[in-house]
Formats: sequence, structure tokens, C-alpha cells
Amino acid sequence: MEMKHIVTLETRDLCASAKNGGCGECQTCGIANQQCENENR
Amino acid sequence: MVHRYKLNNFNIVLDVCSGSIHAVDELTYDMIGLYEDGDRGSVIAAMRKQYPDAQEAELGEVYDQLTALRDAGKLFAPDTFAPMAGKLKEKSAGVVKALCLHVAHTCNLNCAYCFASQGKYHGERAVMSLDVGKRALDFLIEHSGTRRNLEVDFFGGEPLMNWEVVKELVRYARVREQEVSKHFRFTLTTNGLLIDDDVIDFCNREMHNVVLSLDGRKEIHDRWRVDYAGNGSWDRIVPKFQKLVQARGGKNYYMRGTFTHNNPDFLKDIQTMLDLGFTELSMEPVVAAPDDPNALTADDIPVVMEQYEELAKLMLRREREGKPFTFYHYMIDLTGGPCIYKRISGCGSGTEYMAVTPWGDLYPCHQFVGEDAFKLGDIWQGVTNTEAQEQFAACNVYAKPECRDCWARLYCSGGCAANAFHATGSVTGVYETGCELFKKRMECAIMMAIARQLG
Repeated sequence: MEMKHIVTLETRDLCASAKNGGCGECQTCGIANQQCENENR
Repeated sequence: MVHRYKLNNFNIVLDVCSGSIHAVDELTYDMIGLYEDGDRGSVIAAMRKQYPDAQEAELGEVYDQLTALRDAGKLFAPDTFAPMAGKLKEKSAGVVKALCLHVAHTCNLNCAYCFASQGKYHGERAVMSLDVGKRALDFLIEHSGTRRNLEVDFFGGEPLMNWEVVKELVRYARVREQEVSKHFRFTLTTNGLLIDDDVIDFCNREMHNVVLSLDGRKEIHDRWRVDYAGNGSWDRIVPKFQKLVQARGGKNYYMRGTFTHNNPDFLKDIQTMLDLGFTELSMEPVVAAPDDPNALTADDIPVVMEQYEELAKLMLRREREGKPFTFYHYMIDLTGGPCIYKRISGCGSGTEYMAVTPWGDLYPCHQFVGEDAFKLGDIWQGVTNTEAQEQFAACNVYAKPECRDCWARLYCSGGCAANAFHATGSVTGVYETGCELFKKRMECAIMMAIARQLG
């Protein structure tokens, strides 16, 4: 999204991920470099 | 909560709880700092003092754009996640999906900084038998619940010192996964000395990832990574690593190095790896007691911070030149990264992820092996030390008061329990040096995402 003074990158909405997250399939540095593996995302 | 910072000529704003990332102009950057201090009129009045030449209409326009972002949930999003803390671990209690198999508590190198005390983990030398290994895989399957993806790391010590068992365990798992509709992903970590054509062929066929230990410059690597006669290993392993990587045909691997007080200028080691033809790289700061001569000192930290920034710029420059490379800790996937449950609950050590010793004992992860108080049980009886496991089940971002106000908490997920334990004596403690370095890495990684989009 781009406005005159602000460019917003496309990112995963963390609040929305609360609704369909937590499947536990993702691979188990920090956590941020992991990939979501929820097939029903 | 909002985190603002400037890096590489970008003004960057991270909205912590929504995960939104904004690149803004100078005026907007400063107004975001004032936005929550007052209403529209008072914020614009305060900005007028800072920017006397700014047009009234422009100040109003910026304020209204920020308000639109706030109303869309992309700025100043509230933290509603605390009640979810622990939910993922509650929901998956008893489920195990990953094991670190210590197939060899012995090593053919004698590295001075080895956290595993030259592979012995403060105990006896040993290798895992095939029977123990098979039982460990069966234990994993039995406790995996509905999880389909199961991960197994072959670790040590040096796992290639028990190579025939590694191969047999992979074959066994491939048969079992068909029977139970699971999918195993294997990883091997090696110092490289025993790599031969058989290892290369098998790894490139069966290993989802291969981790190759190399510290970069020959003089840095050979200072610590020596054999029992005191001879450096660089000349012997580099050609083997190059052959393995070349044969790997694009499959996952990474070169994993450690930097210490002796080489805080680790970008030179990254450059060495690039010159050798490696493009998937990781250099990690040593985690050592403060009185250890290898430990990073207060004087080293600014050097390391500057190196991280220069590394990010080097990566962007090489991307433009068509010679990209990957730095493991700058890999953040902004659109396909983990959900909020995972970000709150962390790596799963001690609950869904455990280490198995050559004797079949279970520990929360490889860094706790040898710490008797953290022995969780074994692969025959399962977890019997529930008191120890409960410490890990309770580990999450909201269990650490220091993390509650940290902008990076949903990227690090509260950090590493082992580092916290070794630094503070508690698995819910905070390893502050690690935090500072982590935050710098995230700032660099986010800046790179912006640079790629804005050119």
C-alpha cells in the first residue's frame, strides 16, 4: 500500500493469524525466519 | 506499540502487534513519535514547531494518513495476545514432533569453544546403537499426534563417526513413514573431516538440510577448530565442503560459523566463504561465560553491530549485481512467516522438541544434555520428570517481564531457553547481550525488505 508519505509493505497480519493459526506443523535465529506450513491458512 | 529507527537512509516504522512495516518520510517519522501524545490539533501544533516551513495542509494530510493506518489496524495496534500465551503448548501437550539425535558423543576435533566439551557433553564417549536410534524414531512417531511433518537432526559430537547407524536410521524412518503417513525431514551437522563420496551421495538424496561447520578465514578457523594433535582442519575440510555443496544441486545447506572475541569483524569471514563459492551462510555469536576469553566484550558489541549493518548493505549490493547470497539470520518471510501462536511460544524445546543421548535419555534440547536436573526421561518410559518439563511448557514471551515491552518479542519469541539458563540460571531469564544482537539483526533484515521494495 502506498500513500504520499508512507509506503506499507505487504506483511502477514498477526492479529488475523490468531483465527487460523496454531496448527503446529511448522518446522521445530529466532522464530521469525521460519515458514508457516499450515495447509489450511 | 511502535518501533521507529533509521538505517541505510530509510525511516522505518514497525507496528509490533500487527506486524505491519512502513517506510515513511522525515515528517511522518517525527509525527508518529508524537501521535499518541495528544489530539489532532496539539500534534500538528507540536509538529509546526519542528517544521516551521511545512504547509498546514501537509501536516494535516500526514496526520490523517496515520489515523487511517491506525483505524485499519496497521499502526498502534493493541496487544491482545497475552491471553493466548501458552495456548499452543496447552493444545499440543504431550505431542513431540522433532528430535535431536545425538548419534555420537565423541568427536574427531578438539575445538576450544565447543559447548559440548568436545562432543562428550561432560560425560563418557559413546555412540548411539541402531536399536536405540530405532526406538527413538518409534518414540517420535508414537508421540507425534496429528503432526505429519517430523524433524530429526543427526547431531553430536560428530555424527559421521557413527555414519552406518545414521544411514540405517534414515532407511528405517523411510519405511515407517509410509506405514504411518508421516513425513520425516532429516538434517545433518558435521565438521566435515569424514565427508566422502558415500556421505555426499547419501546426504544429497536424503538430508533436507546439511549444516557444515566453518568459521571463515583459515587463521580464525584453525585457531579453534583443531584435531587432537593440535592441527587445524581448514585445509582438509574446505575441499570436501565445496564438493558436497557443488553436488547438492541447490538443495538446502548452510555454512555455519561462530565468531568470538577474536573476530568480531566477522564480515571478513563471510567474505572468505563467498570467495570459496558458498552462498548459504550463517555466522553466530559465541555464547560463553563472561570470564571466558572467547566471550564477546562490551568493546566488541559496537564492532559487531556495525558489521551487521555492513553485511546487510553487502547483501543488497550483491543482489543488484546478480550475485546474491543468504545470511541465515536475515531470512524473514514477511508474508509467509509463522502465526502469532508460534511467535509467542518459541522453539518448543522441552515440549515438542527434545534431544536424545546415545543411551536414550531425553533432554529439553542439545544444549541441556549433561545437565542432570534437566533429564526429562527416556525413550522407553517417556517424560517422567514433569517438573522440569513444566518449566519449558511455561516458557513464552509473556512469561518474561523483560520481554513485555520489547519491540522484537514477536520475532525472537522470547529467545533461547538454554542461553537464558546459562546466562541467568533460569530458563525464563533473559540473555541481554543476545537480545541486543538479535534486535540489530531484525532491524537489518527489515531494512533489507524495504530496500528491495523501494529500490
